[in-house]
Amino acid sequence: MPVAFPFSAIVGQDEMKLALLIGAVDPRIGGVLVFGDRGTGKSTAVRALAALLPKQRAVVDCRYGCDPEAEPDILCAECRARRANGGLRSRQVPVPVVDLPLGATEDRVIGALDLELALTRGEKAFEPGLLARAHRGFLYIDEVNLLEDHLVDALLDVAASGENLVEREGLSVRHPARFVLIGSGNPEEGELRPQLLDRFGLSVEVRTPQDLPTRVQVVRLRDEFERNPPAFLEKWKRKDAKVRKRITDAQATLPEVEVPTHTLEQAARLCMALGTDGLRGELTLIRASRALAALEGEREVGVPHLRKLAAAALRHRLRRDPLDETGSTARVDRAVQELFPE
Amino acid sequence: MTAGQRDDHAAPPDPWELAALAATLFAVDPIGTGGVALRALPGAVREQWLADTRELLPPGTPRRKIPLHVADGRLLGGLDLAATLRAGRPVAEHGILAEADGGVVELAMAERVKGSPIAYLCAALDTGEVVLERDGITLRSPARLGVIALDEGHDEDERVADALVDRLAFLLDLSPIGIREMGDLPYGPDAIAAARERLSSVTIGTEQVDALCGTALALGIHSIRASIQAVRVARIAAALAGSDRVSDEEVTLAARLVLAPRATTLPYLPPEDEAPPPEPEPPDQEGESENQPEPEKRDDPLADQVLEAAKAAIPRDLLDRLRLGQLRRPKVRSTGKAGQVQQSNMRGRPAGVRRGELRPGDRLSVIETLRAAAPWQRVRRAERPASSDGQSRRIEVRKDDFRIQRFKHRSETTAIFVVDASGSSALHRLAEAKGAVELLLADCYVRRDRVALVAFRGRGAELLLPPTRSLVRTKRSLAGLPGGGGTPLAAGIEAGLALADGVKRRGGTPLLVLLTDGRANVARDGSGGRVKAGEEALTCARLVLAAGVAALLVDISPHPQPQARELAQAMGGIYLPLPHADAGRLSAAVKATAGV
Repeated sequence: MPVAFPFSAIVGQDEMKLALLIGAVDPRIGGVLVFGDRGTGKSTAVRALAALLPKQRAVVDCRYGCDPEAEPDILCAECRARRANGGLRSRQVPVPVVDLPLGATEDRVIGALDLELALTRGEKAFEPGLLARAHRGFLYIDEVNLLEDHLVDALLDVAASGENLVEREGLSVRHPARFVLIGSGNPEEGELRPQLLDRFGLSVEVRTPQDLPTRVQVVRLRDEFERNPPAFLEKWKRKDAKVRKRITDAQATLPEVEVPTHTLEQAARLCMALGTDGLRGELTLIRASRALAALEGEREVGVPHLRKLAAAALRHRLRRDPLDETGSTARVDRAVQELFPE
Repeated sequence: MTAGQRDDHAAPPDPWELAALAATLFAVDPIGTGGVALRALPGAVREQWLADTRELLPPGTPRRKIPLHVADGRLLGGLDLAATLRAGRPVAEHGILAEADGGVVELAMAERVKGSPIAYLCAALDTGEVVLERDGITLRSPARLGVIALDEGHDEDERVADALVDRLAFLLDLSPIGIREMGDLPYGPDAIAAARERLSSVTIGTEQVDALCGTALALGIHSIRASIQAVRVARIAAALAGSDRVSDEEVTLAARLVLAPRATTLPYLPPEDEAPPPEPEPPDQEGESENQPEPEKRDDPLADQVLEAAKAAIPRDLLDRLRLGQLRRPKVRSTGKAGQVQQSNMRGRPAGVRRGELRPGDRLSVIETLRAAAPWQRVRRAERPASSDGQSRRIEVRKDDFRIQRFKHRSETTAIFVVDASGSSALHRLAEAKGAVELLLADCYVRRDRVALVAFRGRGAELLLPPTRSLVRTKRSLAGLPGGGGTPLAAGIEAGLALADGVKRRGGTPLLVLLTDGRANVARDGSGGRVKAGEEALTCARLVLAAGVAALLVDISPHPQPQARELAQAMGGIYLPLPHADAGRLSAAVKATAGV
């Protein structure tokens, strides 16, 4: 695998980086959608995140990488049996960041009969697909708007239920598949269906920087990286390690972060003012704000956290008003300014 | 533009010289530069250029051609069925991209390649590998390659997909070059081999990076990839020249080769330039005002020099295009995959197969179904109860194997008539408007288009008829259309647009036909007032343009109104005053708008 550009060397794009970190701290936020201009480092950031994530414990020999500490209903059938027959042996493994390549066929995404066994031994066995590999990690889809519809539907279904059910060739397999879905794309190539948009927890917009110093900085770092990747990685290793530490610390403190009633009320007021459909927006906003507080080393979620994440959590859930030409981001910002003046 | 017209350009770089240099630079680092978008008709010049690059690349460099309509499996790789069945175990087959690892692929008729092949190429260019998750196979193979996109497009609409062009360093146009103008290449294979060695140690100065980035901004080049590519090309040029440091000359060359062809604005035109001054930028580019060159940058001599050089290399016809406002702007946002060409199971050109249940109207692809079933025969035979031995030699096909042929066809058009039934129209012209609609209807009927009808009067708009093919129903609801009341024009357009959106979502192509006098006097909230109502109508009209819906405005007032014309302009649609609109013209206009 080619060397990834270091996460901390990505210039600007703070909102995207923050959203990815929040996804790493709390996988339950429901995925991150990164939409924006070409050449803004969308894929670079995701691949960089993969290289940065702290390791996690997984059951030895488990095909799905089950968490040894998990509740029984999140374990796969084999691990449940193993646990019943005595303990689960585990080891440190990297967090999976699975690329869903364009052109992937359904059988490889969801899982299907093992072709090799079928051909060589005439046996029927289940071969897990990409969803199984992404369990407890990230599933990254570049150009998510170009993905075939039937694949998108299957993915969303699994992402929502956290479980993959395969019924094929008389084979019936059920296995856990909890992952953070990361989609990226360029709106010029086609937008996403609204029902799909709503399934993503956070949505960030990325733009090409238009000021000279930032652009120069981007070009320079890229040039330095390409000339000598190992040296470049070495140079940024410490900064990346700091980010990694932030993630592990935040993961540890997340359960202790409180959300006071006042903050809950403020979040509800904001969602009401914006008229977002359903409760998903509110839930995501609170959850993401907790992760943000944890990342910042705080024990309580306050209005500043809401303010920082309002746009990412809500902008893709607004109903479109055809006459309001201002974008959804501006509308969220306006509502935030009105409700929570600084 | 032809070579003759280029003569008057201030210090024009010799086109062949640039083309030859691009070939050389590309040969030094085909992977790093991404490749070349080569615009030229097939012919001696293009063949020569391609032969030259082939000669420059080290012997043994893989070179593959991607034909138009390449199948996904061939491009990415997949299961080699014949070998699999022979060997009795899965055998993967490499695709073109993996085969070309370390070399070059040529994309034939690149201007016509859209969709998935482009996405696969871009992914390979970005990651340097092909990840295969198909046909029960998981395979990761390196695919570090450069692309030569052979663009045979004639006009502006036919161009290589933006996503791919963005990743290629060189945009070359060979069309102004005559066969006699072609000379020798400036460097030979030895020089290229030496440059490859040297490349990683070449450094570029800070102020040089500044100059390239500044030039990119001044030329209105949005994507930052162009600047990164320019830096790469400057370094390659230095390596070719045998130096470890990029000189200003090489920076200038990089700007010419990489940045100039992507310019979207002309930064600064001296008044004494013989070229007529360009008109102010088209109004719809106002969002790009931040791309304007910053005045303080003029103090930087290197940036100036680079910018000048780039300007001299800007295609001559950019001026004309700017003047006509035809410069390619970011495309209008489209919703989903709805568009002109739709996938369907019914008819059209074959476009791959999909897995699924066979429903009425679907056509089974027998070959693909058998292909899908083949590897599983052994398992299935083993499962079969022993009693049915006699039949075991037959191929067993199951529901999972069904592959259904997909087709691409032009989607059907739905003409949405938005009729102004307000008092001002009703007084004199409603009857005539109805007549015009009926005319169009007959026409739509002939073309098997669907028709929908929206009327607006009083306080709002009303959907009289959802999309239908029934001519009779349309005529009846049209005849029963009452007139009178205010003119809530904005509401009318909005309702029509909402309907158009629905049509698009279902895979059709909407066409908005608006019949009005353009004199709005009721706002969307139902309040009166000409000013507000007029403004809202204009805003709604702009949304029609933004949604990319084809529109036609028939002015039904006795004396053609400027408001109606303005409205048509805002919609980006055709304006047609009724007094001049006889049956033939109306029908022709609809046909032209619908693109049939």
